[in-house]
Amino acid sequence: MTAIQQKGQKVIALNGDEAVAYAVKQCDVDVVAAYPITPQTIIVEKFSEYVHDGEVDTEFICTESEHSALTCCLTAAAVGARTFTATASAGLALMHEILYVTSGCRAPVVMAVANRALSAPINIHCDHSDSMVERDSGWIQVYAENNQEVYDSIIQAFRIAEHAEVLLPILVGLDGFFLSHTLENVCVLPDEVVRNFVSQRQFPLVKNHEGKLVPFKLDPENPITIGPLDLQDYYFEHKRQQEEAMQRAPEIIKKIHEEYAEISGRRYGNGLVETYRLEDAELATICLGSTAGTVKTVVDELRAKGVRAGLLRIRAFRPLPVQDIIEALRNVKAIAVMDRSCSFGGYGGPVFHEIRHALYDSNPHTHTVNYIYGLGGRDMSQHMILKIYQDLEMIIKTGRTEHLVQFVGLRE
Amino acid sequence: MNTEKKKGWKEIPMAGVCWVPSTSYLTGDWKIYRPVWDSEKCTRCVLCHLYCPDGAITWKAKTNEMIFNYDYCKGCGICEAECPTNAISMKLEGEP
Amino acid sequence: MASEWKFTAKEIAERPDLFMSGHRACAGCAPATVHRLVLKATRGPTIATNATGCMEVTSTIYPFTAWKIPWIHTAFENAAANASGIEAALKILRKKGRLEYEHVDVIAFGGDGGTFDIGIQALSGAVERGHDFLYVLYDNEAYMNTGIQRSGGTPLGAWTTTSPAGRKIPGKPQLKKPIADIMVAHEMPYVATASPAFWIDLIKKVRRGLEVEGPAFLHVIAPCPRGWRSDPSKSIEISRIAVETCIFPLWEAIDGEYNLSAPSKLMALRPERKKTVKEYLKMQGRFRHLFKPEFEHLTGKIQETVDRRWQKLLKRCNMP
Repeated sequence: MTAIQQKGQKVIALNGDEAVAYAVKQCDVDVVAAYPITPQTIIVEKFSEYVHDGEVDTEFICTESEHSALTCCLTAAAVGARTFTATASAGLALMHEILYVTSGCRAPVVMAVANRALSAPINIHCDHSDSMVERDSGWIQVYAENNQEVYDSIIQAFRIAEHAEVLLPILVGLDGFFLSHTLENVCVLPDEVVRNFVSQRQFPLVKNHEGKLVPFKLDPENPITIGPLDLQDYYFEHKRQQEEAMQRAPEIIKKIHEEYAEISGRRYGNGLVETYRLEDAELATICLGSTAGTVKTVVDELRAKGVRAGLLRIRAFRPLPVQDIIEALRNVKAIAVMDRSCSFGGYGGPVFHEIRHALYDSNPHTHTVNYIYGLGGRDMSQHMILKIYQDLEMIIKTGRTEHLVQFVGLRE
Repeated sequence: MNTEKKKGWKEIPMAGVCWVPSTSYLTGDWKIYRPVWDSEKCTRCVLCHLYCPDGAITWKAKTNEMIFNYDYCKGCGICEAECPTNAISMKLEGEP
Repeated sequence: MASEWKFTAKEIAERPDLFMSGHRACAGCAPATVHRLVLKATRGPTIATNATGCMEVTSTIYPFTAWKIPWIHTAFENAAANASGIEAALKILRKKGRLEYEHVDVIAFGGDGGTFDIGIQALSGAVERGHDFLYVLYDNEAYMNTGIQRSGGTPLGAWTTTSPAGRKIPGKPQLKKPIADIMVAHEMPYVATASPAFWIDLIKKVRRGLEVEGPAFLHVIAPCPRGWRSDPSKSIEISRIAVETCIFPLWEAIDGEYNLSAPSKLMALRPERKKTVKEYLKMQGRFRHLFKPEFEHLTGKIQETVDRRWQKLLKRCNMP
């Protein structure tokens, strides 16, 4: 509380979508282009109110599709604007093509995704199928646990995306309905503090076709060509550059997270991963997003009973903080990876793939199992999480894994 | 033929920003026929300049000449077809 | 509308080519001429964008670029959305004092595939929102970049690789979509058609489209020798005969008011000068099968369609 008072922060009740809109309002965003889709809708509604009440200096484009929304952000960013969009589920799927184009054009677009299941059958509730599909699209992905983190992450996102060493688009995931539509107390910074923090966009120099070093933006005085036909001879090199930017991102994410902690007093682990009672843990679960809140309660209960349980929450799923994950799980004996999406026909869910792969060389003898849960907004209760920890205890006891991949919270 | 050693990923501008003007790429060797200009017949209407898909014909105001740039001319023959005074004729490459 | 922009051919010739030589478009490519002429008509700082297509590909084969002005390509179906984002950014950056130009024009280029078909949603949306930009449709009447497949812009009877001149079905069975009329129906401030053969008319229309506040749409016929199976040297002549047959009449609609442009007005006032569609069709191999006896009735159908659309246009233009 003292941190709040010192920084002139105030506490207001916001749902996750409103927290996004509020943060965007404070970040001096030039162009917002969006298309409504449940459960993201409140973001665009709230932001429209800011525009129509003259509270923001932003060009707000209500596009005819998500495809155009992201396109507008991409080209506006290419001109030099700070840009934002938001979507979910089918909207993100419709953007799919442009997600790759955005990262390929190195346009630092910030996007909130109110995570929601993909059709069919149609379902408006939370899971991570929509953004997991996009894990290879060249976007940084950050998942928030609560509305406070949603607000904080959006502000940090502009700094991360626009950083000259990074220049990559970033996706901030908030669980549909669990966060997007749930009212929580959110501590907000004063407008000027946020504005100082995000500052103005800076443009690195690139060599153009006139042989000049010019700012990386569409400027009539210093013309550049973006998005050419790139064939066998150079395409690969450009993709390698993108991977390099991704590899540079973790340090920048941590640095900006730390700078933000200084003005806000809030930290989420090291900005990439957050550990909860993991130091001496034998049993660990790993998850993304709002489920972590429920898991923490279960961990506390287990700890009270003397069970050495802990949690690793992945905040930045892209780039995957491999070393942080290995370090955090060094002494753990059994791990349950929780996936809120299904990779049909794959060997477990996408988070499981990555974690198990990351641990393979460092600790191949750790038991790592996978639980697919919560598809289409299915609730993940404390009871179900408790059962997962009990499974892990049994695995340690017997030294055997009965089922590598299981579905939890599903009726047979 | 471009025999220049290709640059590595650390050397090229990011985001696929092009660093060479197309004028460095000569398309003149595509042609089989080349336009030959007859200054006498030409009225300098500059239609050939306007219609040329390749910007290979320019009008030099100082000398009042039409300049045919064979480095880019692909030999399509639009200039010959459109010339109102038959001041341009297409000749087989290599023939006078 | 601003006062008429006056220029001479030599003045245009003295303006630099903003679409540079060395691009890899085919010999006799009318779309390349169209790009050159459009950029000759710019009035100051300009940013351009292209839909995926022949001209995007041939003008920017990495690391080369034919674009002297700032240019961006993102995808196939979204050229108008590209322009929307650019225009919105320019507007707000100017307002915030972060843009040093008083005004920057925005031009989006799209082929027929990127406009009639896959890009019509983004185009319709951008026009409805009223962004200030010029959309130039260079219409070569098929997906030429992928190797001549039929589009919504391909005319009746035309051979393409997906509307082959088969024994049963001779070419494309459907009519060309009246895209420019669809754009007029958006009640946008400026819509026009143009042909590179009538370059003065084209250049003036580009300038008007840039000058008008709000969205402008320019539909330009752009013969493709490869896809039309025509003589590369005849690309301009074909685009002239398209007008003289009234297959592709030239007009403009300012705030929805249709007006015939001079080359087509001549056809309206002197109907005897109007050429038959056969004169147009015979110049192009894509219509060759229509001259076989068993399919000859189709040329009649094409003539009827052209006449019907021409009469409709004359009415819209209040011509007798």
